[in-house]
Amino acid sequence: MPDAPGLELIRGEIERDCPGAVLATSFDRAQPALVVDAEQILAVLTWLRDTPGQHYRFLSSLHVADYLPATPRFGVHYELLNRDRVERIRVKAMLADPAGDALPEIDSCVELFPTAEFQEREAFDFFGIVFRGHPDMTRILLPDDYVGWPQRRDFPIGGEPVTFTYNERNYG
Amino acid sequence: MAELLTDDLATEIMTVNIGPHHPATHGVLRLIVDLEGEVVRDLKPVIGYVHTGIEKSCEDKSYWKVIPFVERMDYVSYFFQMEAYCGAVERLVGLEIPPRAKYLRTIFLELNRIHSHLVWLGTTALDLGAISMLWYCFRERDRILDLFEMATGQRMHTRYFQVGGVIEDIPLGFEAKLREFIAEMPVRVAQYQALLDRNEVFLQRTKGVGIVSRERLLELGVTGPLLRAAGEPWDLRKTFDYLAYPEMDFQIPVGTVGDNYDRYRVRVAEMVESTRIVEQALDLMEEGPFIADDRKYVLPPRSELSTSMESLIHHFKLVTEGFRVDPGEVYYAIESPRGELGCFVLADGSSKPSRVHFRDPSFVNLQAFRDMAFGTYIADMICSLGMLDPILGGVDR
Repeated sequence: MPDAPGLELIRGEIERDCPGAVLATSFDRAQPALVVDAEQILAVLTWLRDTPGQHYRFLSSLHVADYLPATPRFGVHYELLNRDRVERIRVKAMLADPAGDALPEIDSCVELFPTAEFQEREAFDFFGIVFRGHPDMTRILLPDDYVGWPQRRDFPIGGEPVTFTYNERNYG
Repeated sequence: MAELLTDDLATEIMTVNIGPHHPATHGVLRLIVDLEGEVVRDLKPVIGYVHTGIEKSCEDKSYWKVIPFVERMDYVSYFFQMEAYCGAVERLVGLEIPPRAKYLRTIFLELNRIHSHLVWLGTTALDLGAISMLWYCFRERDRILDLFEMATGQRMHTRYFQVGGVIEDIPLGFEAKLREFIAEMPVRVAQYQALLDRNEVFLQRTKGVGIVSRERLLELGVTGPLLRAAGEPWDLRKTFDYLAYPEMDFQIPVGTVGDNYDRYRVRVAEMVESTRIVEQALDLMEEGPFIADDRKYVLPPRSELSTSMESLIHHFKLVTEGFRVDPGEVYYAIESPRGELGCFVLADGSSKPSRVHFRDPSFVNLQAFRDMAFGTYIADMICSLGMLDPILGGVDR
């Protein structure tokens, strides 16, 4: 893992090449993380992947966390791995919840990391985050006609109606 | 008939649905396959048939009650799910586990790895017509389950790992039984190899089939035996420092070509390496506490409850509310039998996790299936699917 000063060095170098991209850094529980501007996520990921001396070429995991009631609400996490130096770094893009029925959007990184294809679909499926430029932005685990984004924090547990109601109908 | 087989007919693409309830899909996996004759021209896996919302359910449980949930994701490698989750929570709260717990966890993880590979070998060989392999593999698998039952009381979904260590020490007689098993296991593996390695049918069905280059596998995020079979010696047990693995002397089997035969060879060799790890862990393990002595996170011993008011209070707090975890987030990845199994836990300060996410290797590896099966015969596609070894409980969660 890059240590805390190493993380600041990375931040400084990104700042030189893509000004304003990194909003903050954190070094919580010895895990380095960069909080980046969601509009520049592809620039930062490309930089981390291709810059000589960085080579975070492996995307371990892409997942979303809902930080409700904090704003901005959604965090898209990219767990990057440099396999030569055996170092992990987390890139977080925070997305605000747009008003009404609109869905938060971010650029898809499938072109950079083909492994993200399923994981971005999963993020869309459960959190309703649209990845712009994804080749097939459809639900992956839930049925296509499902309504709602069940892993958001304001979606209640038990919010799913029970479809097998035989006993309820006949004896309830 | 001859004039019927014109070019038009030969190139007609037929779309076939396989599954979700098909014995050769190793679970509830549905495949939509475009076939030209018998050759696979395109393929799309459709998943989600056993999605049970485990990640969502975890958000409603206190930290210690999540453990049995996550075990049921990938139901063949339950110890790995527990380790990924418990390890992530331990890193969140900053809890060190005692040395004996490290060795015990390593032992059970490696036994589970052998168990998982045995299930894989039995079912995959069955797909290729080698029916006797299933009985031989499940015979040894049953002995592992007996060991699990002896130590934990359960054959599957043992809930043995706790935040801070393991729930109980191993019972008397366990070590002798385990040593007997690990002495015998390499012999059994040699027998499997004797059955398959020079079996003409098996060789013809696996050699040169389903090759994917290692660059492509890395792009697709594939890890575990699939990646190692393509010649990439990447194993989190060697690269990252967790549990007792840094002290262990073991090798990472790698393949050369990356075909289905290499995948088979790598997994079989891994079983032997796992027995070596178990043996070393048994030798190095010393007497001592098997769970951390931190009453804020770990249940006090049962015997103290009738004598110590403090212990009773801790016990009550832990069982009713559970422990609280300061806000923060952790991603912890381990090497499961299928590759990198990552667990992300987000804590919001309460006694329930605000998000639990599993980066399941089966889910990510399944993306490589199209590349593995593309342009091969449909029978080879079934073979490649077996060699991919997806556990649909882990894919769908």
